Amino acid sequence: MATTHDIAIKREDAGEEGNAPVVAVENLHKAFGNLTVLNGISLSVGRGETLAVLGRSGTGKSVLLRLIIGLEKPDSGSVSIHGQDLAGLALDRMGEIRLKMGFLFQSAALYDSLTVGGNVAFPLEHHRRDMSRAERTGRVRKLLAEVGMEGNLDKMPSDISGGMQKRVGLARALALDPEILLLDEPTAGLDPISSGEIDELILKLQRERRMASIVVTHDLHSARIIANRLAILDQGNVVIEGSFEDLQQSEIAFVKEFLKQS
Amino acid sequence: MSDLELTSVAGSSPLLPRQVTAPVRSVVDSGIGLFNGFFEWFGNLGIFSWQVLRAAVTPPYEWRELIRQLDEVGSKSLPLVAMAGAAIGVVISLEARYSLSRFGAKSMFPATLVYTVIQVMGPVITGLVVSGRVGAGMGAELASMKVTEQIDAIEASAINPYRLLAATRILACILMLPLLTVATDGCALMTGWFAQTMVEPLSFHQFISNGFHGATFNAFLPQTFKTAVYGLIIGLIACFQGMRTRGGAAGVGRAATNSVVLASLFLILADVVLVKFILVFFD
Repeated sequence: MATTHDIAIKREDAGEEGNAPVVAVENLHKAFGNLTVLNGISLSVGRGETLAVLGRSGTGKSVLLRLIIGLEKPDSGSVSIHGQDLAGLALDRMGEIRLKMGFLFQSAALYDSLTVGGNVAFPLEHHRRDMSRAERTGRVRKLLAEVGMEGNLDKMPSDISGGMQKRVGLARALALDPEILLLDEPTAGLDPISSGEIDELILKLQRERRMASIVVTHDLHSARIIANRLAILDQGNVVIEGSFEDLQQSEIAFVKEFLKQS
Repeated sequence: MSDLELTSVAGSSPLLPRQVTAPVRSVVDSGIGLFNGFFEWFGNLGIFSWQVLRAAVTPPYEWRELIRQLDEVGSKSLPLVAMAGAAIGVVISLEARYSLSRFGAKSMFPATLVYTVIQVMGPVITGLVVSGRVGAGMGAELASMKVTEQIDAIEASAINPYRLLAATRILACILMLPLLTVATDGCALMTGWFAQTMVEPLSFHQFISNGFHGATFNAFLPQTFKTAVYGLIIGLIACFQGMRTRGGAAGVGRAATNSVVLASLFLILADVVLVKFILVFFD
């Protein structure tokens, strides 16, 4: 489990000040039919920084991640990656930008017809065609070792636990050395020990790779450990954004209630 | 307020009891909904087709996945279409022999069998069998990938799912259907001849020479290659239904069923147009 010492180190490593934001979301609106999910949300994350997005179910946290990676299109507002607005980008250009991002789905979304190794090798096979088979296998082994899944190369996703699937999903998200890591509920549905292991893993990756990360979670404890900044969403808007201490000192009724119930 | 309260139907002057207007309005709303749904479905199919076409003609090409799909659609459908062809050959042989005997035209048996199998039954039977096997399989596979976010994961990995999943499957169907049709035709002719020989011995050489006597390529090739269009229909409908699925396991089931039903229906409708087209341009 991550300790107070880990948290202290994480804070020291926090976002490099003065850096332009790697991910910037401005006045983003998204509705599905009559249901408004995001209502003018603005956020930004810099290199080496981790932002945890919290909120009640259905407040658009996962939709926010899907908008950032371009799986959904916003109704209005903008998403910029390194200052490049994603609106109206051709598919190929969008593909180039997605190469800079790693996405861990809430369900891990592993390809069920491929082995664990096949899942991690999948992005490499498509985007690192210059790699030999041996190089690719070596890289896959290294990535799996990084997430503590060495020795599971030939297992099928259905043969491993939910926590292990999340680790494999994380290894797959890291395969192309992304600059941005988007994590959708990385600890959801896991027991406290597995959650703690995933938190430690995320902390370790932040130290080693210095990515800009956005973590969507319900788990306040996990968010406190892995994030430099936290944002709480309610009714499609950011209610508060800041450090955990800022949240604790907030007088906003919703924030108080959220912290109390978490 | 009573149910018999009089209300005015929009734009009409006579006042009708609500008991009457409510069901009428419901029927009208359902009709409008169906009408909109019909055009929406075709509109989305058009957009999907365009995205697949654009992905298919631009690199990188997914050769490995295409080969896997050629095997999936071709080799794995071969036993099924061969058996269907064999059964059809026997049925046509028995029916044709009986009918031709009644009209004293038994000598026409080989040509009747050859033309019936190659021009009519072979392509349609192959199309329907492949539609059942491949359409359901593809529809269910892609639908399952969709509801478990695997297609989103492919897209998030900067890989175009239209290129990787749809274009390869549709192309495999287009390429394999004519070949499978040839296999169906071959099996049907073999078993048709065999069934005839059991009743009245006829050498295979004589059967083939009589059957194909005076035949030109135009008589058979367009009928065989029209199945490429069936392949397009089967692949396109299955991929479209699969990749737009929503709603968990029930959605997967619906996608598989709809893929088979719609592909079979459009295949038969397309046959009407294709037969006319072939008669006009190749006869």
